[in-house]
Amino acid sequence: MSRFWRWFWVVVLGVPVAAFTVWGLVDNAKLFLTTALNGLTLAALYFLVASGFTLVFGLMRNVNLAHGSLYLLGAYVGYVVGDKTGSWLLAVAAGFASAALFGLILQMTVFRFMQGQDLRQTLVTIALSIMLADVLLWIFGGEIYQFDPPRWIFGRTPLPLVQVYPTYRLVLLAISAAIGVLLWLFLNRTRVGMMIRAGVDDRAMLAAAGVNVQAVFAITFAIGAGLAGFAGVVGGTALSIAPGEDIRYQLASLVVVIVGGMGSVVGAAIGAALIGVAEQFGLAYAPTYSVVFTFVIMALVLAFRPQGLLGRRA
Amino acid sequence: MSASEWRKAMNAGAGRTAWPRTAATPAPPRAAPWPGRGVASAATRDGARWLRWIGGRVRARHVLVLLAVLAYPLLAPPFFTFQIGAQALALGLIALSLTFLAGYGGMVSLAQMTVAGIAGYMYAIFATSGTNISLGWPWGLAVFLALAIATVCGILIGWFSVRTEGIYTIMITLAIGVAFFYLVQQNYSVFNGFQGFQSVKSPRVLGVELRDPVPFYYLALFWALAGYFAVKYLLRAPFGVALQGIRDNPRRMASLGFNVTAHRVAAYAVAGLIAAVGGILMVWYNGLVSPGSVGTSWLINILIIAVLGGMRHPIGPFIGAIVFVLLQNFAVDLVDRERFNLLIGAIFLIIVLFSPDGLLGWWAGGAARLRAGSARGRLGRRVETGKA
Repeated sequence: MSRFWRWFWVVVLGVPVAAFTVWGLVDNAKLFLTTALNGLTLAALYFLVASGFTLVFGLMRNVNLAHGSLYLLGAYVGYVVGDKTGSWLLAVAAGFASAALFGLILQMTVFRFMQGQDLRQTLVTIALSIMLADVLLWIFGGEIYQFDPPRWIFGRTPLPLVQVYPTYRLVLLAISAAIGVLLWLFLNRTRVGMMIRAGVDDRAMLAAAGVNVQAVFAITFAIGAGLAGFAGVVGGTALSIAPGEDIRYQLASLVVVIVGGMGSVVGAAIGAALIGVAEQFGLAYAPTYSVVFTFVIMALVLAFRPQGLLGRRA
Repeated sequence: MSASEWRKAMNAGAGRTAWPRTAATPAPPRAAPWPGRGVASAATRDGARWLRWIGGRVRARHVLVLLAVLAYPLLAPPFFTFQIGAQALALGLIALSLTFLAGYGGMVSLAQMTVAGIAGYMYAIFATSGTNISLGWPWGLAVFLALAIATVCGILIGWFSVRTEGIYTIMITLAIGVAFFYLVQQNYSVFNGFQGFQSVKSPRVLGVELRDPVPFYYLALFWALAGYFAVKYLLRAPFGVALQGIRDNPRRMASLGFNVTAHRVAAYAVAGLIAAVGGILMVWYNGLVSPGSVGTSWLINILIIAVLGGMRHPIGPFIGAIVFVLLQNFAVDLVDRERFNLLIGAIFLIIVLFSPDGLLGWWAGGAARLRAGSARGRLGRRVETGKA
């Protein structure tokens, strides 16, 4: 990007955002900062869901439209385990494990037999998401479930300016950052992570180099699905679990990945931050049009950088 | 597409820029696969060509199907005419727009129901409904405005989504569709939020209430047939052939001088108009339009209908719609009514896994097997049942 364009974008995007920030701080600093924190915690949740989605897409070109259903599956399984054992940490582990196992089974029994048929794989994931949503509705009904996390993370934390903020949301922010760092380390410092990155760049070459591509696929799918299930419990604790949440997070991860760039975990983080913050500010300052902000961001990115902020041209 | 058809396609496409001249000089038969377009002066020869063309194409089964759909409301009770017949035709029309885009343009858009929903919402806003947001304008004007706005929205959606290719299209159109759903659900000043528009009035023309079963059936039938023949015509017109070329190999078509983006956006425009007509029919049929009409389940139902029937032929979506509507109404006898989604999901899964060409693919496979069976006796069982 030339110097001129960089400055152009800084001015065109930066000035209104800066003006809005100054106005927001002067007008009502508490509302502004609380909204910003809410936006960041939502972004943390979106990142957890979208990172798995983008990882699977980057490696396998599989648009997993059942990703939101995996979120809901993990949340419900986590709820059952948490309810039976009384341990929130076990619930988180169960959410991750159940979704990862389900993803692994899917990859081994269905998707490996339709390699390279993008559209057909996507249609299969749509069919699965319809069925999974209905089965979950069948078992758990339409009620809203809430987790019972340990006392020490469920209080309120005093913060300057904002006064008090739910501790759990801050914990969520920390968890998400930790997961992001772990994911980065896994992808950049381990052997399997190296294989995954190589596979994102060139699948055929990776196979030719003697790597068992199917195993790499299975691991990636399990991790991606597991992250969705993990987010289900962690996010279900911050908000709640109910039918329909699957679609909400499916949309969120779609938009985040479109904005951030397909197949890029860092892109997913940036996209999640943008979308989460924009959504919360929209809800706080222009309630009936908050979706429009999300959509405008997506439209702008598509118009000027169709491959996403950090994506590479296919 | 066979090699000769392909060559024809290229010729027809290349002659596209020379269209105005073909009216003056007799067009070579190859460049004008549709009659009545070559020589304007020789009307009688034209008529003869028309007849010959029709005689060469119409088979007994075509006449049979046409007679059957025309006579259907006379034989069936009102419930079957309205709930099954008319609804299947209207849904089929919306799914037809997806078949046109996906089957012939290679762009699977999940936002076709959104375009239909925009048409429905616009009609409800401009015409009369039980909500005082509605402006109460004459229905003709409302229909015109609704169709125009929905088509423009369809073009805009297309313009966004053709910026990326292949599998990305499905993601972007799904995101747009769900975003529209959340918009109409949140917004009360224009879209009346969660309630939507109840008791939308359908017009009364020449003393006939259009929403009565029989008139509505024939209305839906008329537009379904119009859409079907329009798509069939377009597919053989230079535009449609170029579109199919772009589906198969966009890079080659671009190097041949075709504007790939323009063709794709134009396909979205056509599909948008078809979906908009279907959307108006649906809002008359339901008498209401609400966020539920454009929710994710309906976005996906349209895809299911199109895939169920098969995307290889414009009749596919109508077959898919009939099966879908029958299941929707009678699934209660097979399974619990609450479990309809599970049933339709399972059927969709089976179709996607075992018959990528939908029910039409099964039909073609079955026919091929029968022919092979009679030709080779019981020995030859290895029949190609369509591409995997």
